[in-house]
Amino acid sequence: MSKETHDIQQNSGRSYWRSLDDLVQSSEFQERLAREFPQEAAELRDPVSRRSFLKLMGASMALSSLAGCQFAIKQPQEKIVPYVRQPEQVIPGRALYFATTMAVHGYGIGLLAESHEGRPTKVEGNPDHPASNGSSDAWIQASILTMYDPDRSQQIIKDGQPSTWAEASAALATAAAAAGSGIRVISEPNTSPTLAALVASLPAGSTWYQYDPLSADNTSTGTMNAVGSTNTIYAFDKADVVVALDSDFTTTGPTALRYARDFASKRRAHSAKPKMNRLYMAEPTPTSTGTLADHRLAVKASAVGSLTQAIAAAVGVAGVSAPSLSESESKWVASAVKDLQAHTGASAVIAGETQPAEVHALVHAINAALNNVGSTVRYIDPVGTMNTGINSLAALVSEINAGAVSMLVIADTNLVYNAPANFNIAEIIKKVPTVVHFGLYQDETSELAQWHINAAHYLESWGDLRAFDGTVSVQQPLIAPLYDGKTLIDVVAAMAGNASSTHDLVKNFWQGVTGTDGYAFDKNWQIALHDGIVPNTAAAATTPTLATSFKAPAATTDGLEIVFRADPSIRDGSAANNGWLQEVPKPVTKMTWDNTAQLSPKTAEKLGLKRGDIVKLTLEGRSVDAPVFVVPGQSDDTVVVHLGYGRTKAGRVGSSVGFNAYAIRPSTSLWHGAGVEITKVGEDYKLASTQMHTDLEGRDYDIYRAKTLDELINPHEEKHAHHEIISLFPEWDYSKGYQWGMSIDLNVCNGCNACVVACQAENNIPVVGKEQVWMGREMHWIRIDTYFSGDAEHPEIYQQPVACMQCEHAPCEIVCPVAATVHDAEGINNMVYNRCVGTKYCSNNCPYKVRRFNFFQYSDMETPSLKLQRNPDVTVRTRGVMEKCNYCQQRINEARIDARTQGREIKDGEVVTACQQACPTQAIVFGNINDPSSKVVQLKALEKTSYTMLDPLNTKPRTSYLAKLTNPNPELGGTHGDA
Amino acid sequence: MAQVFNRRANTIARLSIFVGVPVVLLILISVWWYYTRSDWVRDVGPAHAVVQPGGGFSHQLHVGGLKMDCRYCHNSVEVSSSANIPSTETCMGCHSQVLHESPKLEFVRNSYVNEEPIQWNKVHDLPKFVYFNHSIHVAKGVGCSSCHGNIASMPVVYKTQALYMSWCLDCHRAPEQFLRPQSEIFNTTWTPPADQIEQGLKLKEEYGIRDSLQLTNCSICHR
Repeated sequence: MSKETHDIQQNSGRSYWRSLDDLVQSSEFQERLAREFPQEAAELRDPVSRRSFLKLMGASMALSSLAGCQFAIKQPQEKIVPYVRQPEQVIPGRALYFATTMAVHGYGIGLLAESHEGRPTKVEGNPDHPASNGSSDAWIQASILTMYDPDRSQQIIKDGQPSTWAEASAALATAAAAAGSGIRVISEPNTSPTLAALVASLPAGSTWYQYDPLSADNTSTGTMNAVGSTNTIYAFDKADVVVALDSDFTTTGPTALRYARDFASKRRAHSAKPKMNRLYMAEPTPTSTGTLADHRLAVKASAVGSLTQAIAAAVGVAGVSAPSLSESESKWVASAVKDLQAHTGASAVIAGETQPAEVHALVHAINAALNNVGSTVRYIDPVGTMNTGINSLAALVSEINAGAVSMLVIADTNLVYNAPANFNIAEIIKKVPTVVHFGLYQDETSELAQWHINAAHYLESWGDLRAFDGTVSVQQPLIAPLYDGKTLIDVVAAMAGNASSTHDLVKNFWQGVTGTDGYAFDKNWQIALHDGIVPNTAAAATTPTLATSFKAPAATTDGLEIVFRADPSIRDGSAANNGWLQEVPKPVTKMTWDNTAQLSPKTAEKLGLKRGDIVKLTLEGRSVDAPVFVVPGQSDDTVVVHLGYGRTKAGRVGSSVGFNAYAIRPSTSLWHGAGVEITKVGEDYKLASTQMHTDLEGRDYDIYRAKTLDELINPHEEKHAHHEIISLFPEWDYSKGYQWGMSIDLNVCNGCNACVVACQAENNIPVVGKEQVWMGREMHWIRIDTYFSGDAEHPEIYQQPVACMQCEHAPCEIVCPVAATVHDAEGINNMVYNRCVGTKYCSNNCPYKVRRFNFFQYSDMETPSLKLQRNPDVTVRTRGVMEKCNYCQQRINEARIDARTQGREIKDGEVVTACQQACPTQAIVFGNINDPSSKVVQLKALEKTSYTMLDPLNTKPRTSYLAKLTNPNPELGGTHGDA
Repeated sequence: MAQVFNRRANTIARLSIFVGVPVVLLILISVWWYYTRSDWVRDVGPAHAVVQPGGGFSHQLHVGGLKMDCRYCHNSVEVSSSANIPSTETCMGCHSQVLHESPKLEFVRNSYVNEEPIQWNKVHDLPKFVYFNHSIHVAKGVGCSSCHGNIASMPVVYKTQALYMSWCLDCHRAPEQFLRPQSEIFNTTWTPPADQIEQGLKLKEEYGIRDSLQLTNCSICHR
């Protein structure tokens, strides 16, 4: 590593780099790049692996013949099965959309679910819902796969034997009656008003605890201490200066989609007099939001408290003294404070849920001092329960230890896996006489329960939830429970001896609330179901009363610090069995199928560690083995570990993947703590990070363009002269009809992966597994490239979504020997699967490396439940064919056919690609470039920022980018991070 | 040493080259054609009528005899990719009154009472990578009988077209050969007029049908 660091210091010629290996151009990296597909060629030459390759081929051939592919000249006779009674509104071949609600940390996110003849295939955000605004994220997109997961629990289990709901509900009622005041329910956070009312009907003395390992308890406690309220809402669409203190507010929590949208609205610089907000970020490890920052300061998680204190002191919060800071920290703080003070009433300071309550309290004082309360910050009546974290679990544990609990219902939360390590929760649970487990999976916790009740997925359930702002939305099922699963409402109702269906319980509850019945109620009920929200249910605003004294946050700790974070993809681990989430490359590290102990380059060097080394992390006497990954832009003396991995009973996909960071997470250091020991125990752990699969090859400017707002307004002399390039290929006539094009605004992309998973859901893209990803065979049609610039310690981090560019002069087309990839009249590069013979020439010749090849039969053609998830409008690909993005051809065709049967033209915005629809920041715009009034044309016309990738190749891509803009504070110098 | 081959062997060799090779080629081509391009392999014609459960449904009786409109049962043909196979309820709409005790309709009543769908045998079965849309064809002047033949004359439905891609392209390249006015779309016995090409070109203009360059894009049917 020392040599590498030396090289880094010597290196100044390259402006962007993709990984540390790339930065120093290590020989391993160069060798890997030289191979088109890592390992493949060498593998075939190596006699041993060649033999195993042939063996594998033999096995898959045997499998395919077993799978019923008998030799037949004629097509087999297929059945066609109509309805007995066709439901109203169902038209075979046309999708229907229903509003429903998904819970994220217990808060509702309004969704529209696409249903094909009764089976949901995809979810989108509900444009009318305040928390989603029509967009979604990777987690929401992937939830559809969880519903069809064949590893879901499919039956009720009593003491290891299958049982029935009739038996279970009777047993629940009996046990509840016997337990009386000894009933305890612990669930993940839940804002359902119906459920709350039902729990209240349980025998007196019974308590409902809520526990979330990623709880935002710190936030609510800090807010309560500071202003006497628990729920804060930020209006980032009104903030010109934002200071984020370890807060990944655009991707984390139930407000993320809304905040991302609002934040992005202040970041578009399209007008003649462009204006942008400015984001200051202090965080220990690069997050999605951090990559958007204009001034990113990599600090230890425990140093954020001092930064907050310094800001508070500077803006004049009474009784707060300025702590001592390092030079770079005080420079960052001084500039941020100056900027904040110049924008009073139009700025916002936000802290992350991982920071202690004292930091949150100070943040509210700072916002009050800056006059932001009422404009960019407002407070509302509490929506959820305040205690959803460690205090709540600790209270339950002490009750169990005191023998006060005779019946425990563990709902949706996997305590044995995710409780703090020092709680020894498994032994505690064993003390309770009657334990009922309720969940989607038979997991680590269900083993301890006498009863396991299989849960219904949210797309199978009735229910109700409140959004972050209190807005109520009804959860409406899209399909009857596949495995007759139950809802938590069912379980609690059964305990209360109420045998009504969930639907009736929810409906009756709201009938009671509204005080109406009959037609008056039914009409509003139908409207609420249709719209996905219940109007006028947002929580009332509260007038904050600011506390008079504030506790100073703990001082920065010395020595190596461990930082626990939710995994960016699988979060708390409850979705570990979801292949889409496991395989989506995480923002910045591009890691798939693993979590790692992340170290900064300097710290890794100091500890003598390199990527792929296996280390033993020991904290408070508990230890776990983890592979090392070196992350540029991480703070020094910090080991970041992500939660959610190392499951033992997750299912076929998620078990034994990564290491379990919960196993060393103590209740005293939930998010970060000192005293971690790190010792090397092995090396050469195979990490499947897609970051090293491609290289810029020195064409930085042609691939990624970034400039500052100042450069946009006062352009420097153009260094890169544009040459008119003559093409030898005949030109197509693109003057007629629809000509599809896309514009991606790099300025608002935070690399959150919503588009990647949305594309996967829409286009039936298979999951390939870690081994195949490691070989560079991932199948995603759209990927997010991460580029770094600057030095390895304080790089600027850029995110760039890359899908097929639909080149007008497509290099892939001319090399295909069987015309399997050809151009169409609307400018789309078609991929004709049934013609493809798998030469892979097209992929070789593609300068953007966006083509994906089915080396094996990746799509699961056997599992019945997975077949139900597939989009019926997209071919499921077989082994041996190439595939790639086609601008959601199926959506274009549907719109075109609809428009033409109605005798009109397609309207701008009528065709929305899956990636565009999902994008929380609306970075992707798609439309007809022949229509001068279309939005995409207006964006492509932005001369100063719009560019096409690898322009000198003259491929004439239909997808163009809007350059990344930063808005650095002149006082801090040009680039961020090195403040 | 005596010669192994006598003189006649030369003639046989020549014959085998000039006659044998073409014959073998011809056989191979015929076999290839028969198995990949012929109507036989796609079960075209009355001889290959697809037997349906319960004795099936007679289009001859319902369409030919009772003059029922195609859309009475295939009710989504104008709005969806699928024309829709009617639900049992649609059958029972009439047959709860008409022939409600007929033993021939036992299977329909059973389906309705037991909530068990009737499993019909598919007649036209496109490969899974082909996305045909009924609504656009009907809207743009392609009549039912152009692809499905004279359904009104079929007691048991059979294919009248093999549905090869080349056949699709015949129309997508020159739709004027087959276009008809909207009034004739559901006419099962429509025959092209003598001046079809002239009429067809007029209709093509009227319907606003795009040119063959666009209609023959792969993405029109494959995705």
